[in-house]
Order: sequence, then C-alpha cells, then structure tokens
Amino acid sequence: MNVLIDKFDVFAGGFWLTLQICILAAIGALILGGVVAVLRISPVPPLRALGTGYVNVFRNMPLTVVMFFAAFGLPALGSNADFLRIPVIDSLFTRLGTDLPYFRFALIALVLYTAAFVCEALRSGVNAVSPGQAEAARSLGLTFGQNLRYVVLPQSWKASIVPLGSVIIAMIKNSALVGFFGVVGDLSQTADQLTSAEGYAFVPVAIGISIGYLIMTVPLGALLDRIEKRQAVAR
Amino acid sequence: MDDVTTGEPLIVLDSVNKWFGPLHVLDDVSLSVGRGEVVVVIGPSGSGKSTLCRAINRLEPINSGTITFDGQPLPAEGKPLAKLRSEVGMVFQSFNLFAHKTILENVTLGPIKVRKEKPAAARERGLALLDRVGIANQADKFPAQLSGGQQQRVAIARALAMQPKAMLFDEPTSALDPEMVGEVLDVMTSLASDGMTMVVVTHEMGFARHAANRVIFMADGQLVEDAPPAEFFANPRSERARDFLSKILTH
Repeated sequence: MNVLIDKFDVFAGGFWLTLQICILAAIGALILGGVVAVLRISPVPPLRALGTGYVNVFRNMPLTVVMFFAAFGLPALGSNADFLRIPVIDSLFTRLGTDLPYFRFALIALVLYTAAFVCEALRSGVNAVSPGQAEAARSLGLTFGQNLRYVVLPQSWKASIVPLGSVIIAMIKNSALVGFFGVVGDLSQTADQLTSAEGYAFVPVAIGISIGYLIMTVPLGALLDRIEKRQAVAR
Repeated sequence: MDDVTTGEPLIVLDSVNKWFGPLHVLDDVSLSVGRGEVVVVIGPSGSGKSTLCRAINRLEPINSGTITFDGQPLPAEGKPLAKLRSEVGMVFQSFNLFAHKTILENVTLGPIKVRKEKPAAARERGLALLDRVGIANQADKFPAQLSGGQQQRVAIARALAMQPKAMLFDEPTSALDPEMVGEVLDVMTSLASDGMTMVVVTHEMGFARHAANRVIFMADGQLVEDAPPAEFFANPRSERARDFLSKILTH
C-alpha cells in the first residue's frame, strides 16, 4: 500500500485533472442540455424534432464511440477544437490551452454525451409542473419564452435537481474513459501509468483512484439526499 | 340585462369542427356572441362544451371552420396569438394560479410582462381588483394558503387585470366545495351586470337563469339549442334538453 503514500502527488495530480474535466464538462453539459431541453419542449415542430434527434443520437450511442468520433473525427475535419481555448478560463484550467488537443476532444465528447441526459432530467422537471400552470400563462398572453422563464422553469427546477445530480455523478464516473483517448494524467490514466509502466501492484492503485472518485461523488450524493429531504418537508 | 349592445358580434364561430382521434367533439358548431352578452353553455359531460370554451382562445386548436374575435380570425401561433389571448380572460375549473407566486404577483404578472405596465401601477390596479373580488387582505399569501373559492376569485382578478374584451369561464365552480360556490358566482354576476362579454360553461342553473342573456345547450359535440334562459328552462324544444333538464332539476 506504500504506493498511496509514495505516489501521493501523482494521485493528487490525477484527482485535480479529473476534477477540472468534470467541472468544465458539467458546465458545458448543463448549458447544452438546457438548450436541447428548450428545443424539445418548443412549440415549433422542426425545433422539437432537432432536440429529439439530438437526444436519440447521444443518449443511445456508447460514450466510447462518441469519444472516438471526437478524438479521430475532429482532427479528420481539420479541427483541434481551438475554440475551447477561451481566454481567462484557459489560464484557470491550463489543459484547455495546451497544444495537445486531447483534453479538449475528451471534453467535447463528454459534454455532447451528458447533455442528452441533462436534457431529459430537465424535461422530467418540466413535466412535473401541472399543465394548467402553462395553460394559465398562455391564456394571459405570455409568449413561450416568458412562460418558461416566469412560470414553468421556476417551478420545475425543484423536480429536476435530483435526477440532474444523478446525471452529473454518472458523468464523473464516465470521465474515467478520457485517459484512453489521449488525456494524460487524469485519475484513471494515472492508474494505468502506475501499474503498467511503473510496475506497482494493481489493487492498491485501484483503491487510490477509487478514493479519488469517491471524494467527488459521495459529497454530491449526500447533497442530493439533503435536497430531496427538504423537498419532502416542503410538500 | 336585456340591453345587450348591438353591432358587430365580438366572438363568431362558423362551422367549427374538432376531433380527438375518432371522437367528434365539436360537430359543425356555429355561434356568435355579441358585445356585452353573457352566454351560458350547458350540457351533459363529454358534450364538447369545455372544448368549445377552450377553442375560443385557441387552447384547443380546431380542425376546420373559423373563429373570429373582434373581427379578426384567430392567429395560428406566435406573437399574434399571444396578443389575442391577452385580450380574452380565461378562468379554469382548477384555478391554475401560479403556485410559486403570491396572490398579488399572480394578478400583476400579465400586466407587467405582457402589457409592459410599470410595476407600481400594476400593483395598485392589482390591489384594487383584489379588493373588488374581496381578497385584498390576502395579497401577500401564496395560492395554496387560500380556500378554493378565494383562489377562484383571485383567478378572476388575474384575468381582469389584463382588461380583457371578453371572459371565458370553464366550469369555474365545479371544483369548489358547495359553500364556496356562491362567492364566486357573486363576482361573476357583478361582472355580467357591468357589461362584460362572457362565455360561461357551467352546471349552475341558477346562474344561467338570472345572469345569462342566452343559454346554449350542447350534446354530443353539437349545438342543440340556443335560447333566452326563461324560454329554455320553461320550454326546451329538443328531446335531449328536456331529458337533461329533467335529470338535473328533479333533485
């Protein structure tokens, strides 16, 4: 078990990188998922079809395949995803700005994939609001956007938050895949590095990286439980 | 109440048809409602009367025929439809007050967001309307803290806050405890005598008798009778209406 102490800095570095990926991917997926959810409940049929198509594609494709498309498809199209080198943010999350594009590719894949699930979690919240609320808003003359903003969304987020949390926890675990698509130094790739290249026993290393993931997911799960209990009381 | 304003009618339905799948819920319905007129729609459940009411502000789209409001055909969607709806007040069976907003916010949301009124002015008028329906002292409460009758009166105030040209009532008292029906009908009666154009779907025969200019009887999606209340209740022409009245008036 000495590896946990001897290589503490490696584990810590892997944890930090995975945390960065997860924070960025969560933000991206929440924004994109929100947009897709609005498309899916829009009154305009082509927009609805677009949203539904998006969810059907990305919810039903294995994340590994999405990662392949990002890591091999984007370079084939001549893109290094440089649009993700966003000033200020790339100084906070330094991997965004590096010349090796794999962090950005992995991020794109994780965002595209997770956004489909975020969309459905948000939509389940919207469906939990009684249809009469939106009907009353429409009959006052509120437009679709006003209806969402002032009537439906303020009531739907409560019902969305628990399924959304589950989606984000799943995303944190899914991020373990990025190490196999060129991202060097995240938690899962750290395990591979320590065992295959440096010859450490697998089990202690696996325990180390598990602890890393649990530090991220367990508090999030506990937070969700608390929110759920508070909602039960409010009802 | 017989001094109904003449001139061009406010609401005109012409050969309106609607199907829910194989069910013909509105079967060639034609109807016109004059300005200031109070039309009460009665009929057995499933006769299409709620659908008729909801079609007038296009909460239910129709399959064929035309509906015109204030001389304009109903817009299909978007901003023009939103504008039309802002001119037609709607009161629902289940109140549908915005659960996350206070009573006063419920009443002022439309004027502020749709009519772009100044919040202070909207609040002042909102309070006056709440006062008119007798709940000004509950303005800062949330809908769930009010009784059903109070909630429905707020819903009426919310619709009136838009200064609508007509009001639609879709079974406004059907979800209420019996002792609260009166307070809502009182508000509706006072509206009627103030000259508001109203289409009221209801089972309250007393209201139909004393407040309506016309009673519409519907059955199986068809408009079966259209007569002044005194005439309709004393002497229904159709077998369906006689049958319906005998069932509800014997108890």
